Amino acid sequence: MERKQANHNRADAVFRLATGLCASMVFVIMLGILFELYRNSRLSIGQFGFRFLLSSAWNPVTDDFGALSSIFGTLVSTLIAMVLAVPLSLVIALFLVELAPPALSRPVGYAIELLAAIPSIIYGMWGLFVFAPFMSGYVQPALSDSFGFLPLFSGPPMGIGMLSAGIILALMILPYISAVMREVFSMVPAVVKESAFGMGATTWEVTYKVTVRYGLRGLLGASFLGLGRAIGETMAVTFVIGNDHRLGLSLFSPGNTIASTLANEFAEASAPIYLSSLMELGLILFLITFLIQMLAQVWLHRLQKGTGRA
Amino acid sequence: MNKTDFPSLLIPPERFESLGREGAGPGPKNPPRIVVRNLNFFYGRHQALFDNSLEIAANRVTAIIGPSGCGKSTHIRVYNRIYEIYRDQRAQGEVILDRENILAPGVDIIELRRKIGMIFQRPTTFPMSVFENVAYGLRLHYRLNQGEVFDRVEDALKRAVLWDEVKDKLEDSATALSGGQQQRLCIARAIAVEPELLLMDEPTSAIDPVATSKIEDLIESLKQNYTLVIVTHNMQQAARISDFTAFFYEGRIVEFGPTRRIFTKPLEKQTEDYITGRFG
Repeated sequence: MERKQANHNRADAVFRLATGLCASMVFVIMLGILFELYRNSRLSIGQFGFRFLLSSAWNPVTDDFGALSSIFGTLVSTLIAMVLAVPLSLVIALFLVELAPPALSRPVGYAIELLAAIPSIIYGMWGLFVFAPFMSGYVQPALSDSFGFLPLFSGPPMGIGMLSAGIILALMILPYISAVMREVFSMVPAVVKESAFGMGATTWEVTYKVTVRYGLRGLLGASFLGLGRAIGETMAVTFVIGNDHRLGLSLFSPGNTIASTLANEFAEASAPIYLSSLMELGLILFLITFLIQMLAQVWLHRLQKGTGRA
Repeated sequence: MNKTDFPSLLIPPERFESLGREGAGPGPKNPPRIVVRNLNFFYGRHQALFDNSLEIAANRVTAIIGPSGCGKSTHIRVYNRIYEIYRDQRAQGEVILDRENILAPGVDIIELRRKIGMIFQRPTTFPMSVFENVAYGLRLHYRLNQGEVFDRVEDALKRAVLWDEVKDKLEDSATALSGGQQQRLCIARAIAVEPELLLMDEPTSAIDPVATSKIEDLIESLKQNYTLVIVTHNMQQAARISDFTAFFYEGRIVEFGPTRRIFTKPLEKQTEDYITGRFG
């Protein structure tokens, strides 16, 4: 009997060790990637220092590199995607959960989830061959006719560029955000909604003042999920953004993102400093993503305390 | 002729005592606030209520008792038409409030729900501050300045006997209150919009005995200004706080009359079996 007991204890210990090791692999791999990125970008960090973050130069001939245009492009394209995708997802999720008859909400829900299953290269191809010509033929001329006085919508309507990339990104993150938002809305207790309706609130008032507030944390979580995807999305953006290391206010002009630069230029990077600069770009992307997720967690935590819900 | 004067009740007269004849205790006879006639209710094809007819006395507490699934909650959910937010639920018949059949098309549902407040089994505080919870309904129905809102929130909290407990934490999250406090907050929120009728669907089933007795006291004091209908599975509670009792069984109203009579001299065998605990 006693030997059996000892066996049990040993089995437990082994099991604990095994699961613990697997869990700690996550940290090991993360730290490993971070370290390798740092090790490979030391050359560039040493040569350019902080200037790397502030310079928009990108000249392989003179070996002068800076990350500013890539960082700028990453943030701007992500911002465009978020501005378009978050409100749209919110409306879609609300419609599917609160308003649509089941006969409609189920197929539409599946269709949106299917959007997430499309490989990003397909989005890229579609963006380049279908969407970009559409943008240059119709959308961009209309925008510059109406809002051409704004620097945002000035410049030649080429189709490819920051705006097109942002819109494609929005399409790509839409299914993720709306799927999570749908879950959030369907988890608001029916009795709370009934109570708001019972007070004499209209559907809009119930939605805006009760349902959305009830799910606020989940809704923000959904948005950050989309943000995380948009910021690192590579293939589709590379196809439509134009890949030009340029800083410009116009959303019509071509630009680049960190991810698109990395996808495009490794093959050409012959000089060690070129390669090292690309590695440093990768490190920056890693850190930006990490920072945003950290801030999101802190923010969500504070919000949780604010509404007093677990 | 005024339709509400002589309700054609389907319940045989010997089982139904009209409110005029034997009132609940002293005081003037109370005219019915709501007259329900031949109410049928359907969940899709399933019929849940059969020919319910009932009078709800003004400024009195009417209790609805019966075993689980007998249609108690379904019945009161017709009064404010809350069932309508779900597809394939429908009601037939008449529910007359202020000489108007509230089931008729064209009724202003928003105004109807202001006039008829509802309290649920679980507290349904909204994810906002204590103050904002009570102000919620006020802001929906009235255009008030900040001072007026505050006065009416304070008044509602006082009438719900909650003011002293929450006056120092009006800006705190409502979900931080105890269950009993949250339920009284919901009552304050409901009475803030000056309803005429309060529907309570097992309001104490999720809270502890001390909080329950506070709410029962509150119900007693609310009688002066409101007409109350309370669904309860607790027969002692019905006996303690109600003036009239309706016993429901399988979607039908088996017996309706003054609470004391129902509990001391039930006319129906089923009622007697239920209140003596033989089933249900």
